[in-house]
Amino acid sequence: MNRRKAEEALFKTLMVGATMFVLGSLVLILGTVIWRGLPALNLAMLTQTPKGGYYLGKEGGILNAIVGSLYLAGGATGLALAMSLPIALYLQIYAARSRAAELARLALDVLWGVPSIVYGAFGFIIMLWLGIRASLMGGIIALALLELPIMTRGMEEAIAMVPFALKEASYALGATRLETALKVVVRQAMPGLLTAVLLAFGRGIGDAASVLFTAGYTDRLPDSLFSPAASLPLAVFFQLGTPFPAVQERAYAAALVLTVIVLALSLISRRLAGRLTEHVIR
Amino acid sequence: MEKTLVSIRFGQRGGFWNVSLSLNRGLKDRLTGHMTSVLTLGAALLVPLMGLALFLRARPILAISPVKELLLSTTWHPLEGAFGFYPFIVGTLWVTTVAMIIAVPPSLLTAVYLSEYAPSRVRALAKPLIDLLAGIPSVVYGVWGMLTVVPFVEKAVAPTLNRWLGFIPLFRADNPTGYGVLAGGLVLAVMVFPIIIAVAEEVIRAAPQGLREASLALGATRWQTVKHVVLRQTMPGVTAAVVLGFSRAFGETMAVLMVVGNVPRVPRSIFDPAYPLTALIANNYGEMLSIPSYDAALLGAALILLLVVLAFNTASRLVLVRLVRNESE
Repeated sequence: MNRRKAEEALFKTLMVGATMFVLGSLVLILGTVIWRGLPALNLAMLTQTPKGGYYLGKEGGILNAIVGSLYLAGGATGLALAMSLPIALYLQIYAARSRAAELARLALDVLWGVPSIVYGAFGFIIMLWLGIRASLMGGIIALALLELPIMTRGMEEAIAMVPFALKEASYALGATRLETALKVVVRQAMPGLLTAVLLAFGRGIGDAASVLFTAGYTDRLPDSLFSPAASLPLAVFFQLGTPFPAVQERAYAAALVLTVIVLALSLISRRLAGRLTEHVIR
Repeated sequence: MEKTLVSIRFGQRGGFWNVSLSLNRGLKDRLTGHMTSVLTLGAALLVPLMGLALFLRARPILAISPVKELLLSTTWHPLEGAFGFYPFIVGTLWVTTVAMIIAVPPSLLTAVYLSEYAPSRVRALAKPLIDLLAGIPSVVYGVWGMLTVVPFVEKAVAPTLNRWLGFIPLFRADNPTGYGVLAGGLVLAVMVFPIIIAVAEEVIRAAPQGLREASLALGATRWQTVKHVVLRQTMPGVTAAVVLGFSRAFGETMAVLMVVGNVPRVPRSIFDPAYPLTALIANNYGEMLSIPSYDAALLGAALILLLVVLAFNTASRLVLVRLVRNESE
């Protein structure tokens, strides 16, 4: 009898400990990035592009990477959205319980697990085919493919939550599937759809391995779709690779900027979802 | 349904003549159905397409040496045309295995705690935080690894383990830097926590409530119920969660690259540096087009990654899909 109680207590302690350990690692990561990044962060970092000698520790900033990352992730999210919403609607409205939809879902889940470096390599091959160099366009294509499964599955889940009765009511009024999808389902699922978009954007802006091959890196702001673009994750990576402590400090600051963007996106999507839900029929 | 498929209407609105071409509603509906189904097919074919593209680009390497030699040779001299992937494959396996040994116990304990024990308030607080952990970019994990994990391994773990367990080759610390298999494994472990926890927690929660009640009614404690009933019932799903975590760790690039040391040698101890496949690709993409067959070799490495991850992912997803389907029936 006592052994059972002891085992219960032991494992409960272990479980609480494990949970604290997992949450503690989050605190440790955020703490480290803030503690090392904050002292190196200043206004010039955020508002200037690298000047001559920047990578030796002279003045300048990472505006090129901030703008480049926003362009890359913005373009990729737009492109992924144009593919994801129709696919999610197809899977949930047109082909809801069919075998084909099951298979497509499996394919998307598997796609989700493909490492980002493989997306980079694939994007690189596409670029060779199309004959474009490392550029904003190349990065956008690779990132859009990376975001596609994340966004589609997120949207699909949001659409699946729409009460069946609402769809039935719409069909009963004589609306077609398309009309039901656009005027009832999308409106009803809007908070979830936006959350999926923001989640994909956050994943896109933080990914380094896929843009390494495809977007290149430059100190200037990108001026066309076919010029190379810098990105925040690569700014962190390259600046850490230099032997100068002053430049490495800036890598920590760049990591802090990236972390703040990702955290802000996550908070915004939570708030947005909460606010938009007020108008959703339950 | 209206009979005409396309109608052209002339009407006066606001004083201007306007001509509007409108498609029949039913036709519009069906056209959308076709177009979206084509898009979906395209997305579903993306994985085979990736495999095919990588295979075609990697094929020239097969003309140089047979697959067996590529996978088992330890010589890596791109300039001389010698491409042996063995040290890199073994490097990946070492780092991933260490990561899983560190990650699995706390992840599963957390998943069980959140699904079986935690009050709903704790759950509501912990779950978003764990999701946040999943959203942190991998370079940020890398920065954290360099600033915290590497010094920790160098100053604390390596001297201690070397002193007490140094007679076992696995724990001998010859590498003074801290950059190596253990640092990579620790960083990766934290990266896969959220994946294993999220999937395992969902699977465990989905176990039928009646089973728990039956066990508790027989006088079993909660832990006994978890151990003998819930975990036994959900074992395939929990395994799938672990496998998903494994394949994520297998393909992770930037964070590992930054802390693992990148020396192309087969590691002998957890403190030795390693050179995983992903790091190999990321470090050398710049020279890939200037050395003959180098691009084929690196894209071949990407193909190996894709195939391994594909196999693990498909298997675990099939298990998870089946579980969910059984649940709904």
